[in-house]
Amino acid sequence: MIKNRVAVVGAGMTLFRRRMLETGREMCWEAAKMALDSAGLTLKDIDCVVLGTAPDAFDGLHMKGEYLLDGAGAWRKPYVRVYVGGGTGVFVPIAGWWHVASGLFDTCLVIGEEKMSPCHPHPQYAFSTIWDPILTRPLEPNLIWIFALEMHRYMHKYGIKKEDIALVAVKNKKNALDHPCAQIPAKITVEDVLNSEVLVWPVQRLDISPVSDGAAAVVLCSEDVAKKVTDSPVWIDGVGWCLDSTYWTNRELAYPKYVEYAARMAYKMAGIHNPPKEIDVAEVYDPFDYKELHHMEGLQLARKGEAPKLTKEGVTERDGDLPINPSGGLLGVGNPIAAAGMMKVCEIFWQLRGEAGKRQVPDARTGLAQAWGDLMQVGTVIIMRS
Amino acid sequence: MRKVAIVGVGSTEIRSTTPDVSFKEMMFEAATKAYEDAGIDPRKDVDSFITSAEDYWEGYSIFDEFVPDQLGAMLKPVFTVSADGLFGLINAYMQIRTGLIDIAVVEAHSKASDMLTFEGIVTFALDPTYNRPLGGHPFYIAGLEMMRYLCETDTTIEECAMVVVKNKKNALDNPYASFGAKISVDDVLNSEVMFYPLKRLEISPLADGAIVMVLAAEEVAKRLTDTPIWVKGVGWCSETPQLESRDWGRAIYTEISAKMAYKMAKITQPQRDIDIVEVDDKFSYKELQHIEALGLCERGEAGVLLREGVTERDGDLPVNPSGGSLGAGNLLEADGLKKAMELVLQLRGEAGKQQVPDAKTGIAQVWRGIPTATGAVVILSNEY
Repeated sequence: MIKNRVAVVGAGMTLFRRRMLETGREMCWEAAKMALDSAGLTLKDIDCVVLGTAPDAFDGLHMKGEYLLDGAGAWRKPYVRVYVGGGTGVFVPIAGWWHVASGLFDTCLVIGEEKMSPCHPHPQYAFSTIWDPILTRPLEPNLIWIFALEMHRYMHKYGIKKEDIALVAVKNKKNALDHPCAQIPAKITVEDVLNSEVLVWPVQRLDISPVSDGAAAVVLCSEDVAKKVTDSPVWIDGVGWCLDSTYWTNRELAYPKYVEYAARMAYKMAGIHNPPKEIDVAEVYDPFDYKELHHMEGLQLARKGEAPKLTKEGVTERDGDLPINPSGGLLGVGNPIAAAGMMKVCEIFWQLRGEAGKRQVPDARTGLAQAWGDLMQVGTVIIMRS
Repeated sequence: MRKVAIVGVGSTEIRSTTPDVSFKEMMFEAATKAYEDAGIDPRKDVDSFITSAEDYWEGYSIFDEFVPDQLGAMLKPVFTVSADGLFGLINAYMQIRTGLIDIAVVEAHSKASDMLTFEGIVTFALDPTYNRPLGGHPFYIAGLEMMRYLCETDTTIEECAMVVVKNKKNALDNPYASFGAKISVDDVLNSEVMFYPLKRLEISPLADGAIVMVLAAEEVAKRLTDTPIWVKGVGWCSETPQLESRDWGRAIYTEISAKMAYKMAKITQPQRDIDIVEVDDKFSYKELQHIEALGLCERGEAGVLLREGVTERDGDLPVNPSGGSLGAGNLLEADGLKKAMELVLQLRGEAGKQQVPDAKTGIAQVWRGIPTATGAVVILSNEY
């Protein structure tokens, strides 16, 4: 039985760019300041801080959480950095949720930050140390290879064509045209995607989200405080997270079971029995275009192998029955890992408040944000209601 | 709000080197012991797993990938706290208090013997623009801090050396400790100066080990065990990471964490209400500084208490009866969780030769080490 309800009352984010001139600390500050301003609060009102940021190797910093804490406004406050690889972005507000729902704190500042650009020659290099040092590292794999394996398996199992998957990139990059922070919004066609440079077959240049710097933040508070500071709180009604085995080579890659388990945990908590009907808008993790489809199926928003059909029929467009990634997602807005997940949480907050401007989806009352990461291994899900 | 208790603990031996096992095997051993102690099946009974790790200590990026299998946590809620195991324990405590989670497992470990360049790794935690270019072994920060502490409090270097003598003596009775020894104050003072005024024996030696702990909600805890150890209060805090602008003489992070934890535990007079203490002693002076920051004595008095024998195992306020990090070894991110585990054993009356009589309420405190100013405090009690 969960007794304390937790509300989101403010959100903020920086621009997402390939190389930000600001340091990680400055980006944290910028996002936090915007979130606090939008909630009408100051740092003095904040009881604790939770921060998320992915591998230390990007910045060449040991204990990156400690380094960032001043910028995150955590000076002399209870502060912790939580971590589930690429799933961190949506996991940070989940950790923030239990800080408040436990009754220990009334307010919590939640920040996701990532600065990938310091890693030379390319952030992909930092990923060379994510593998098992005996079984996998000697093969010198990189991330795109294993996602190419997953994409291939997904296409093969359900007979999905590249053209159908490319539609996701077209949709998300188009949606991002309306996002003021977006890094690579564009009006492109399916042909553009199919003609872009092949990286690791079947993954092509326009199938992938970019390398980015950025930060995003939200302010959480208890029911009592929420009622005082705003007329339109957005409630966190469901949280779920799940980590699968380290041994990804033993997994059926066509279906993300860990996402399903995380989603079921969140749906149970939120009392949701029929997700496609009850979810009005979803921000699904889309670092690659096929991942949006893959995750929709894991989230039970589409039947196995049928997400491409929904996309083709326009159901997932901003004006469709089940808008997916109205923000433009990682493919359009950018992918500073932990900040990208937080961007999704911010987007759901703005959508449910009716503050999403040109990106607004009509009548959104229940929203979902999801992220994914590690060795195709972790799912994090949050459900919010206005 | 529902109460939370520790219902199971498990640990490997704490050793200076463990070439025979991987970190996964160490985690498995500690987890198996903890589950056995709590009488639970991880696959059926546990709702949440938490591990405490930093990528650079492990030599991996995204270390949490390598956690679930050996804990029995596959396809379960698992996440990593990038901090000491005591922060993991605090997050488990919060998760259970929400009502979402009934049983949570916390893991922390150190495989320091795998590190070829400990000094180099710590250097990477320094500000890359302002501090890293200064070079040198980053423990010079501890030397400077000790100097400032001695200067502000009139504590003597002999008193700091006595901390080492006491803790290494206590460690002789701890079957899991690797660095127990019978030494004298002169031995400490005559060991080579490493970072003036810190001497070699005043620096806790690195060690390998894994600790796992099982926490449960009130109703579950009472069903599982007759000796639940209740979490009465928690606190954690970070002072600025900037070396240039922090307070060098005081452990502000512990002062603020302690205040938070005492308030939660409704303790108004810690000197009266606390029976036993496991504080961070990564360096000799840190034990004294932390005792003062916890409000267990006035500033500058910890050395006096030590000289009078108050902090000995048979004194009025036993401090680090297990031998602490100086006697058992520095477990990096597992250091705090080990202190909490020693406290659990004491409060259950299962600490064997280390047992302190009549201990009811105790404090475990940890600091994340050079160059951080981050720490946590947990108050445990065997009384409901």
